Amino acid sequence: MIIVFALFLLSLLVVTALAIVRTENLFVAVMLTSIFSLLMAANFFILDAADVALTEAAVGAGVTTVIFLGALALTAEREKYAAGGGRVAVVVVAILAALIIYATFDKPRLGDPDAPVHQHLAPWYLEKTPELVDIPNVVTAVLGSFRGYDTLGEVFVVFVACIGVLFILGVQPEHKLPPTASISAGLKHHLIPQVVGRLLIPFIILFGLYVQFHGEYGPGGGFQAGALIATGIILYALLEGEEEALRAIPRSVLMGLVIGGACLYGGVGLLCILLGGNFLDYSVLAADPVTGQQVGILLIEAGVGMAVCGALLSIFHAFAARTIRP
Amino acid sequence: MSLLELLGYFNYWVFAIVLSIGLYTVIAKVNLVKKLIGLSIFQSAVFLMYITMDKVEGGTAPIIQKGMENQVFSNPLPQVLILTAIVVGVSTLALGLAIVVRINESYGTIEEDEILDAD
Amino acid sequence: MIDLALDSLSWVLLCLGGIFVLIGGVGALRLPGFYTRLHAASLTDSMATILIFTGIMLQAGFTLATLKLLAIMVFLLLTGPTASYALANAALQSGLKPDADQLGENTAGDAS
Repeated sequence: MIIVFALFLLSLLVVTALAIVRTENLFVAVMLTSIFSLLMAANFFILDAADVALTEAAVGAGVTTVIFLGALALTAEREKYAAGGGRVAVVVVAILAALIIYATFDKPRLGDPDAPVHQHLAPWYLEKTPELVDIPNVVTAVLGSFRGYDTLGEVFVVFVACIGVLFILGVQPEHKLPPTASISAGLKHHLIPQVVGRLLIPFIILFGLYVQFHGEYGPGGGFQAGALIATGIILYALLEGEEEALRAIPRSVLMGLVIGGACLYGGVGLLCILLGGNFLDYSVLAADPVTGQQVGILLIEAGVGMAVCGALLSIFHAFAARTIRP
Repeated sequence: MSLLELLGYFNYWVFAIVLSIGLYTVIAKVNLVKKLIGLSIFQSAVFLMYITMDKVEGGTAPIIQKGMENQVFSNPLPQVLILTAIVVGVSTLALGLAIVVRINESYGTIEEDEILDAD
Repeated sequence: MIDLALDSLSWVLLCLGGIFVLIGGVGALRLPGFYTRLHAASLTDSMATILIFTGIMLQAGFTLATLKLLAIMVFLLLTGPTASYALANAALQSGLKPDADQLGENTAGDAS
């Protein structure tokens, strides 16, 4: 029965993707992209990937939409030409799709337990996690401990993207118009969203902290928590206005969060070297190696959450504080 | 091939179709923001393929509770890769959009052929 | 006996919730004008949410999952109608008047 539901969701994906290509209004395309991300998250959940579904919903359907809308407010609203490339592009893409479909007939069917991807390494992780790391969520154990280098690289990628956006958008244009009062005053005339928003923002941030610290016991972890807390603060910025949000959490605090998160992660690695182990070998952090692994994962997840939250908020403020086009 | 086997391949076909739709948007459209949207659709299709590979029949999410014996788990390894990939995708999207905003301020338009003509 | 009654009650609630979602979707497509369509779409946020979540909670019984579902339902009931209100207010502020005579034509923006 779940098969029918999965087929239906996958067909909806294709329909939404087609609608995104065909529409001319860019705001409509961005809203459809958000729906596409939500459908993707539902698909991931059906395929037993709970962590990935949570990340896709929080980051894809939440933060990406806000960043797109922020960029669209500074550029055009409609696409000018109906279809540019035309025939050649359709033919090339159709041939590519046919080739890929022909190639997928060799793949193992969905859910085959004898597929090559399920041998060798995955059973080893599933066996060794209760022995070596002893936390229930295997994905967090692999992400934080067995594959810690990749996650360190990812935190640095987020850091570099934040710095890149601040470099590109941090310089104000020469013909700067003063922002009109009604734009920068947020939604001051709209009482109901303000009241409901003020009711909900503490709970959103609380839920973000819950997801952060329960990443070891259920789906969750640093990335999802950082995106959730950033979403709560973006909601505050939308309701109260850009200056209020910058006064509540100034840019220096955001930069401190990003740099602090990245340094925390690298610092834990260096601490492991100073205590006698290898880089990012958490067994030396406590007397018992298993407890050391758990302490290490807790610390680096905190670093990841701080870095992602600060980076997403800095990027949002960089887009939102830019002068509106004349 | 029986219907059930065909249904087992449905995920891969959706992956191929959505990939080609995303690629078509990047190639054929001239608006820069539309190209970025197409790029993010392309990335999502690749994530779908990886997560499709991790499902095991009768399995559940890889969270090992206490006292759970003889339980088949789905593969945790593609999930770790895709978690990283989603966040990296969002970072590149933000950077791309910042560049588009600056291009709009310099050239006054975000249509690619008008920019190439103005150069 | 009581299990059967609860099961069938949850089935009835889930089917009713599905019917309301369908009505909301058909209304959002077929009604003329922006405000009438918004009115139909907000049916999904309120009525269908209550019916579907109550149906699922009856299936879950007295576990922790029921409390979590109750929290999600309260959250959706708070944010859904607020979103509809914000949409309608934004349309009114930008000049789209709710006209009783309009049959599918809109003056400001596009209501696709």
